Order: sequence, then structure tokens, then C-alpha cells
Amino acid sequence: MIYYATSILLILIGMYAVLVKKNLIKIVIGLSIVDNGIHLLLIAIGYVKDGTAPIFSKPGLQASQMVDPVPQALVLTAIVIGLAVTAVALSLIIRLYDHHKTLNINKIRKLKW
Amino acid sequence: MRKVIAILLLFIIGYYSLDVLLKIPFGESAGGVGKHYLESTIKETGAVNSVTAIVVSYRGFDTLGEVTVLFLAATGLGAILYDKKAKKRALQNASVIVKTSSKIIYPLIALLGAYVFVHGHLTPGGGFQGGAIIATGVLLMFISYRSFETNHKALSIIESLAGMTFVTIGFAGLIYGTSFLQNILPFGIPGELFSAGIIPLIYIAVGFKVGAELTALLDNLLKTIK
Amino acid sequence: MNWLTIVVVILSIVLIIAAVFAVYQKDLLLAVIGTSAVSVVLSVLFYILQAPDVALTEAAIGVALTTIIFVITIKKTKRFEE
Repeated sequence: MIYYATSILLILIGMYAVLVKKNLIKIVIGLSIVDNGIHLLLIAIGYVKDGTAPIFSKPGLQASQMVDPVPQALVLTAIVIGLAVTAVALSLIIRLYDHHKTLNINKIRKLKW
Repeated sequence: MRKVIAILLLFIIGYYSLDVLLKIPFGESAGGVGKHYLESTIKETGAVNSVTAIVVSYRGFDTLGEVTVLFLAATGLGAILYDKKAKKRALQNASVIVKTSSKIIYPLIALLGAYVFVHGHLTPGGGFQGGAIIATGVLLMFISYRSFETNHKALSIIESLAGMTFVTIGFAGLIYGTSFLQNILPFGIPGELFSAGIIPLIYIAVGFKVGAELTALLDNLLKTIK
Repeated sequence: MNWLTIVVVILSIVLIIAAVFAVYQKDLLLAVIGTSAVSVVLSVLFYILQAPDVALTEAAIGVALTTIIFVITIKKTKRFEE
């Protein structure tokens, strides 16, 4: 219950930064916070009460005492792809700063054709 | 004005999302696909770690897609930040304490990263975690010493060979078995190091590839500082 | 109300405060420190939810690599938001 409310609050805070802020680096920080909130929501849905980690370490563990392993596999992939998107976005920001000398999105409005 | 509309929109989205999410029961037992994967992971793959078996064996094609996305991101970053004149890195060396201790810690970090991706099917870990740990160790050496260079040609040869190994193992499953990425080697005793068929081989290839890629990405970013 | 629930509530409050701090700061270096604080607390929460693989991945990628590429970008552009 607490996990659902925390993850929705994280997604909302991140989306506020994407919608309202005017600095480009602040927008990318907001995107990274939205990613973290979504990962927390996915893992909190797959939790089983009084469960344990899905690894058969001792020979006597039953499969009914373990948490769901499918959301963990999905979130593993999603974290790496979030890093890739952030890296490419930041390299584009470096190139934009070299050309326009500012990072304010109200001033980078003219595209040259 | 823009702030007020944004806050109102987010409030509506948050209220209705929370209203739906609080009806999902928290902590129920896994049903459907999760239960089937948990019950048949030792019989069908031989790996003890269930998350590794899903990522490499049951959903191995998605892992191939993810490795491709990471490769595209590193190549795209190298292409956007390309400059013909090679620049130097930081302006000064770090202090004596950092220089001495980073020489001692760097082989230990590389050993930890290699341990994590070799034992991916027995303990929590795997290829992506091990590659990230190795890249962090190389970053420590980049920050401490001004003249620490890595060989770009060697890094790109390692990365290409590791990627081709992954696809070759998949094609070997197609030739000797029935489908792409089928488990064709014998399973062994679950819990030993040499078990679970092709899962350790694929994770070793992924660990090398991710480590080399992230090192090349950091080197490209660090070299452009004037 | 056992002690595990109290620990989870305290960690969630720290998480929300760090995220709000990261969005409202004008000095971009402090905002990046707030983002990496969110990643660290999130890694502990993943461990409490019985997911050790995901906690290791988030600690290795979200804390070390994301922070360093943000700091390099800030060094090549402006430090203070207008």
C-alpha cells in the first residue's frame, strides 16, 4: 500500500519537472525520476506476503514460498535501457550548447533550414 | 498560468491512478506464468537462479534486443561527440592518497566484476551487473591518473567478438537442436559451477560486451573536456 | 505495526524529500546529488521487497554511471539554472 502511493508520487514529481521546467538538464533529471518510479511500481506488484527471493539456494525450498520472478526480469532490462536513453540525451545537450550557447528552451526556438 | 494547468492535470492523473491501484491486492501469491516458471526452472534449464533462467533461456531473444539497444546508444554517443582533434583529459593528477589506493583497489574491483558475471546462474548477479562494476573500476583509474590510456582498437575488437559469440551460440542451437537459443549442452548437477548448459557461456559474453561498451562510452565523454 | 513497516515509511519519506529537492534546486550539481540519493534509497527498497538482482543492478548503474555522465555534462555547460 505504501509502495503504490510512493511510486505514484515519484512519477508525478518527475512529470512536473518535464512539463514546467525550462532548463534542458532539469528536464532530463525529471525523466530519470519517472523511470525510477515506474520500476518501483512494477516490483511492488509482484510481491508475495512472507515470500523469499526466487533462488533455490537450499535443497528444501518450495516454489510456493517465493516472490514472482517475472517482473524482476522485466525491470532488469528496463534499468539498462533507461541508462542508454539518458546517455544519448545528454550528448545531444552538449552539442546544442556548443551551437546556441544557452540551455533555455524558450531561446532555442528557431530551427535553421 | 502554465504551472497551474500542469498541477491540475497531474492531480487528476494521480487521483484516478491511485483509485485504480489501491484495488489491486498487495501480496497475493503468484499465478499463471510466474508459478509455471518457478516450478519448472530446475527441470527445464538446470539453473538455480530463477531470474537468470527467465532472462537468458525463456526470454533470451529480448536479451539480444537489449544488447543491441546498448550497442546503438554507445555508437550514437561516439558519433555525436566526434571531434577530429584529440584533446587531453583532466588538468591535474589527484592527490597521493587517491593515486596509491586506486592502484590497489582497481584489480580487486575487476575481480569482483568477473566473479559476478561468471556465477550468474547460482547467485544474484549476471552479465549486466558485472559489466557495470568493471566499467566503474576503470572510471576510478581515469579520474586518478591523467595519463591512463585504454586501447580503443582492443576494446572494439572485444566488443564485436563478444556480440558475435552470442549470436553464434544461438545459431548452434538452431543447427543441433530445434530452435534459436535452444539449450543443447548437458545440464549437469544443479548448484555446481559447470551446469545449466549454455547459460554461463551467454552471460560471460554479455559481461565482456557490456564492460567494453561502457568503458568506451566513458572514455568518449571524458576526452571532450577542454 | 512491526519495525519493518516503520523502516519502510521512513525510507519512503526520505525518498520523496530527495526527489522534491532535486526538482526545486537552482544549482544543478545539488540536483544531481538528489537524483543519486533517490537511486540509493530505491536500491535498499528493492532489497526489502526480496529482489536482490534488481537491487544490484540499480546500485551499479543508477548510482555510479548516471551521476558521472550528469556531472560531465554540467562541466561542459552552465552550472546554474537561469
